Amino acid sequence: MKEQTHKSPFVILDMPPKQENLHVPGPYTRSPSLSPRANPAAEPVTLTINGKEVKVPPGTLVIEAAKQAGIEIPSYCYYPGLTLQGACRMCLVAIEKMPKLQTACTTVVASGMVVHTETEEVKNARKAMLEFLLTNHPLDCPVCDKGGECELQDAVFRYGAAETRFMESKLHHEEKQFSNLVYYDWPRCILCYRCVRVCDEGLDVNAYGIGFRGAHSEIIPNQGEKLECEECGMCIDICPVGALTSGTYRYKTRPWELTYTGTICNHCGDGCKTTLAIRNNVIIRANNRDHSGSNGEFLCVKGRFGWDFVNHDQRLTAPLIRKNGRQETSTWEEALPMVVERLTAVIKEHGPSSVAVIGSNRTTNEENYLLGRFARTVLGTNNLDHHRTADFSSLVGALTAADADGRYATIEDIAVASSILVVGNDPTHQHPFIAYQIRQAVRSHDAHLYLLNSQEIKLQRQAKQVVTVAAGGEAESIRALAGKSSTVSDDLGTLQENLRKESGTIIIFGDEIRGSDVTTLVQWGLTLPGQTRFVALGDYANSRGAADMGLLPDVLPGYGSLADSTACAQIESAWGAKIPAVSGRNIRSILQGVESGEIKALLVFGSNPVKTFSLPKEHLGKLAFLMVAELFPTETSEAADVVLPATSFAEKSGTVTNTCGQVQVLKKTMRKAGTRSDLEILLALARLMGHPWSYRTADDVLREIIAHVPGYAIALPNLLVGRAVQTQPAGTPPALASTDLVFSSKDSLFTSGTVSRYSWALNSVDEAKKPHGHIF
Amino acid sequence: MLSDSLLKKFDQLIARYPLKRSAMVPLLLYAQDEVGHVSEEVIAEVARRVEVRPIEVVEVIGYYSMLHRHPVGKYNVQVCTNISCMLRGADEVFEHCCKKLGIKNKQTTPDGLFSLEEVECLGACCGAPAMQINYDFYENLTPEKFDALIEELKKKEPRSKM
Amino acid sequence: MPGYHSPMGNSPLEVKVISKRFGLPNSSSLDVFVQHDGYQALKKALAVKPEDVINEVKNSGLRGRGGAGFNTGMKWSFVPKQSAKPKYVVCNADESEPGTCKDRPLMEYDPHQLIEGIVIAGYAIQSHQGFIYVRGEYRYLLDIVDKALAEAYAAGFLGKNIQGSGFDFDLCTHTGAGAYECGEETALLNSLEGLRGYPRIKPPFPAVVGLYGGPTVVNNVETLSNVPHILLNGADWYSKLGSPKNGGTRLFCLSGHIARPGVYELPMGFPLRRIIEEVGGGVLGGKKLKAVIPGGSSCPVLTADEIDVNMDYDSVAKAGSMLGSGGVVVLDEDTCMVKLAGRIMRFYAHESCGWCIPCREGTSWLKHLFDRFHGGAALANDPDTALDVSMNILGKTLCPLGDAAAMPTISILKKFRHEFEEHIKLGYCPYEKTVVMSEK
Ligand SMILES: Cc1cc2nc3c(=O)[nH]c(=O)nc-3n(C[C@H](O)[C@H](O)[C@H](O)COP(=O)(O)O)c2cc1C
Ligand code: SF4
Ligand code: FES
Repeated sequence: MKEQTHKSPFVILDMPPKQENLHVPGPYTRSPSLSPRANPAAEPVTLTINGKEVKVPPGTLVIEAAKQAGIEIPSYCYYPGLTLQGACRMCLVAIEKMPKLQTACTTVVASGMVVHTETEEVKNARKAMLEFLLTNHPLDCPVCDKGGECELQDAVFRYGAAETRFMESKLHHEEKQFSNLVYYDWPRCILCYRCVRVCDEGLDVNAYGIGFRGAHSEIIPNQGEKLECEECGMCIDICPVGALTSGTYRYKTRPWELTYTGTICNHCGDGCKTTLAIRNNVIIRANNRDHSGSNGEFLCVKGRFGWDFVNHDQRLTAPLIRKNGRQETSTWEEALPMVVERLTAVIKEHGPSSVAVIGSNRTTNEENYLLGRFARTVLGTNNLDHHRTADFSSLVGALTAADADGRYATIEDIAVASSILVVGNDPTHQHPFIAYQIRQAVRSHDAHLYLLNSQEIKLQRQAKQVVTVAAGGEAESIRALAGKSSTVSDDLGTLQENLRKESGTIIIFGDEIRGSDVTTLVQWGLTLPGQTRFVALGDYANSRGAADMGLLPDVLPGYGSLADSTACAQIESAWGAKIPAVSGRNIRSILQGVESGEIKALLVFGSNPVKTFSLPKEHLGKLAFLMVAELFPTETSEAADVVLPATSFAEKSGTVTNTCGQVQVLKKTMRKAGTRSDLEILLALARLMGHPWSYRTADDVLREIIAHVPGYAIALPNLLVGRAVQTQPAGTPPALASTDLVFSSKDSLFTSGTVSRYSWALNSVDEAKKPHGHIF
Repeated sequence: MLSDSLLKKFDQLIARYPLKRSAMVPLLLYAQDEVGHVSEEVIAEVARRVEVRPIEVVEVIGYYSMLHRHPVGKYNVQVCTNISCMLRGADEVFEHCCKKLGIKNKQTTPDGLFSLEEVECLGACCGAPAMQINYDFYENLTPEKFDALIEELKKKEPRSKM
Repeated sequence: MPGYHSPMGNSPLEVKVISKRFGLPNSSSLDVFVQHDGYQALKKALAVKPEDVINEVKNSGLRGRGGAGFNTGMKWSFVPKQSAKPKYVVCNADESEPGTCKDRPLMEYDPHQLIEGIVIAGYAIQSHQGFIYVRGEYRYLLDIVDKALAEAYAAGFLGKNIQGSGFDFDLCTHTGAGAYECGEETALLNSLEGLRGYPRIKPPFPAVVGLYGGPTVVNNVETLSNVPHILLNGADWYSKLGSPKNGGTRLFCLSGHIARPGVYELPMGFPLRRIIEEVGGGVLGGKKLKAVIPGGSSCPVLTADEIDVNMDYDSVAKAGSMLGSGGVVVLDEDTCMVKLAGRIMRFYAHESCGWCIPCREGTSWLKHLFDRFHGGAALANDPDTALDVSMNILGKTLCPLGDAAAMPTISILKKFRHEFEEHIKLGYCPYEKTVVMSEK
């Protein structure tokens, strides 16, 4: 098993700076180029496409205008958001008063323009382009990995060119393996340059180039024959044909043999939508096939390849019970009553305050909500906490205190922001999609990016200003900006000045800012011009949800304070039970209680405190009872009296909340024999302990959350159609007891707590295994 | 690895442009003249100097027909067979070159002295058929002229007098 | 000895303007240049307003000698007066169009004339930096031009405060490395920026967004070499040298089956027939003429019956071809047009940058098809296929290289279809009388 320490970010010192933004319209793969931008604020332009009148903002491309009118213009090299190429010539259309056919992907609409997309001339041109594309392209769709979801195959199906007039022998190169995860088959490549661009513009990795020229042109990787990159696999999914294929998926199946379920990735707090493809109850691949969600086609290496832990053969699939000092395989029928029996005994002997519960950053909102209810009303204790990776609670408290509405930025907002300040964190590693959104904002909206950080991070390459501070100096800088400290450097002065010229900044901060510093940041941020909005960056799929659902010793679901009787009463009425009045132990205090022997029984759900809090394992031996619900054996579970095999994100339903506070639906994709979800476990335990809750499914719990948790009054239909629905938490939670309660796991792009240890794909590309370190 | 005078030239060339990257092709070409081909070291050095990633240099090398990543002969014989030359018998001249040097298109003689390449229009159409040996132009070629030239070049080489 | 003497012609019919100093001993030196009214035009230009220079050039009817033949003064006038980014003048000395070798003598024999033209262009558009993009194969010219540049700097015709006028202009050479496509102006700009020589999407045109994103004028060597003469002798004088809307003279490169190949300076509108018969001394070896490529390999061929055309942009266009780059390639009666078409296509397939599909795949397809065809393995519908493929390239590519490949091919396929059919019938090339298994 590998150490999961956060290694320094990619060695950016070796990396050449981005040279001046030349703003030259493509094709131009090596420096950011200006693509015409629609200006939605301006008076719309009216044009006619195929006789239909269309009104679109000026700056819109003809291909996009047609899309809005429901007219499809085929295209390969055009990809929304990436620079224009004009390379594939598939999108040729006739425009009146223009002598030649024009590419719809590069032509900007003009008032009174008359466009035809289906004339004989256009259709013939399209056919001709397809014929050209097929000249050197293998015609072996039945054995091509992309068969069935190939844009070239689809276009030939639609637009013809079935018979071949090409009598010459086809050019051929052998297939190459660029990396463990990426293969390149030259003959299939149609040179649309999507891969090159997404890697350069979207990821700022630049791992691809173009080699040779003319008919021999090819896509080349950055390390001679090999690819050295962030392994996000964007290139694979964005490739319209079978040229780039995935090492984990290729030639395993046909796309139509798979069952697809759109769900949410379980790794980081960005909550990318993904589609899991299942065959014979095994996940075969993940990609955001339907481009739903704000991440479109984006997924990072963890999202695209790191799901394979689900299939890992070390998954726990039967409860383990310690007998004679050894954990032995057991059954649910034996394990659950045993948990109840042992817990009841401890409570009877030592009182509820001798029991503590540690929750998870990955489980669903429903599970977290129930875990809180279980601890507070069934066990009767507020000794309840989780590994807090960001101080969401203080953010909510500060915004509520400032009476500031609409200050939570969504993940979509980031991509269209005009000004962004990132304090601490390394989004490239810890929040790959947010990093992608930030680059998008800079690329497509000329956003100004400001960084305040003690480490060098890759986003510097997009930044307008970087303020580098001493290790741990982020919070001090915020105090200085807010005038609460006299140590204002010149850099900070400039930053202050710059931000005061912006018309609305999104402030994104990591675990470096917590407790009263969050309040300071918020108060100062609100003095900036325009609508300042905030994002706190927490790790894992549902850190935010864990806090929102009140997996905290002194905070109720929805950030009410335990000391606030109105807030308590509201939750108590929902639960029909009393919540113990004394505030519980936080996680550090729980662990101290374990050491001191005051905590006698500990329940751990999807968490590994031994590792996360460097808890000596011997301390766990002092417990009278330890129960762990987990996917895999961990340092903590090894010491447990009972280990319950839990379901992974792929095997359960529910909702999760991303780090921006947007709720999305997790869908059950498959079954894993022997496992039960935390929800099922909690319902069973509660029932066995004399609390027959009436929930039957996660939906029932969700309805209760919507009805009773402040800030979560979201529209269910929006959620069900797949949107990321924003919550508006407000509350007066107590101040953070101690700053050491909040700290990030500092996972890298290739790690994700426990589960990444069980991912072949992630381990196969782990940084540590790379010979040269990263050079991009 | 690269001579001091070349490195000095690099500095001068880079200083010409508002953007360092602009100097890439000239640097590669001059380095190739000195080293014989664009070696991995040259790629790394040029990338470092014009501040791009090595892959961007590799892309550029692949594009230009005069840049090659593998050694060629000391004398790179480049015979134009494009239309003006073709009409004046360039194909026959080229065939003769193959015979004379005992190699085919894009090959190098075993002693490493000569490489032969059929190239596109050299801009010597009015002196067709034409060829270049390294950067020197030879026009109104005939097989006899070619033979004489090759013999002369061989004579200059101490090791290959035979 | 290597022949560092660009092949020049010599004919009494010539009207020597830009070639007037050719042949003078040491003609490339500053001294000789200045003795023969060198840099007088620059001084004259610096004394008037930039707009006046542009107008003078516009009125002279000077049209671009690089191929497209756009009015040069007009092109300059598209450059915005105010620009946040620096403006540039780029001289296109990439000369790679088969059949063309006229920029070479202009740089070899009279580099100062070119430098003077570039500085005037720079003054006209108020740019302060220029580049001369020389094709990589012309290495020896770099030395000549660099030497001239050094002289010009030393004499105060370049650099800061040129001739006390307050106008600054820097100029240097840049070498390409073997790519025809880099002659296309936007590909040239990418190449000059250290990128692969891919063309850019137009609009915007370089005059508005060009080198490093700044407004840029790209002109051919010959075009710019004419500029000093216009300034010195007036637009009127210049335009009268040529035919209507086609001012001045131009360098014609006579090559192929011609008795006296060479570069000749003749007035615009000079009849093609006289160029071949009188200037060039007729078809080589007294053979009969079959066809002429009037302006480099990109132009449609003219058959022997079509050569009664005046060599200016408009007249040649009316005759269904193009004046192009001035490369007149003469083809005698024994030329195999199938082989010619194949050779032309081999060139374009080799030089296609590969950026866009029709050009990349189309030229490669046609190259193989013609090779097979000439090799004796033609199929009955090959001529139709070839024509169709060419038509599918024409007008559909990102840059004009696709058209450049398609146009001559279409003309050969249409005008010499019988030769293709003969190949099919015989199964071998009637000119080489043997099956040619081409392996190129
Ligand atoms: C494929 C292609 C190759 C070209 N090659 C050259 C060239 O070698 N030299 C040149 O001056 N113009 C060339 N041109 C024309 C240039 O694009 C451009 O029109 C010219 O440099 C403009 O200068 P002018 O207005 O002085 O003619 C080429 C055009 C194309 C499409
Ligand atoms: S590999 Fe795929 S995405 Fe990349 S250029 Fe080729 S076809 Fe396009
Ligand atoms: S989509 Fe327009 S050229 Fe490719």
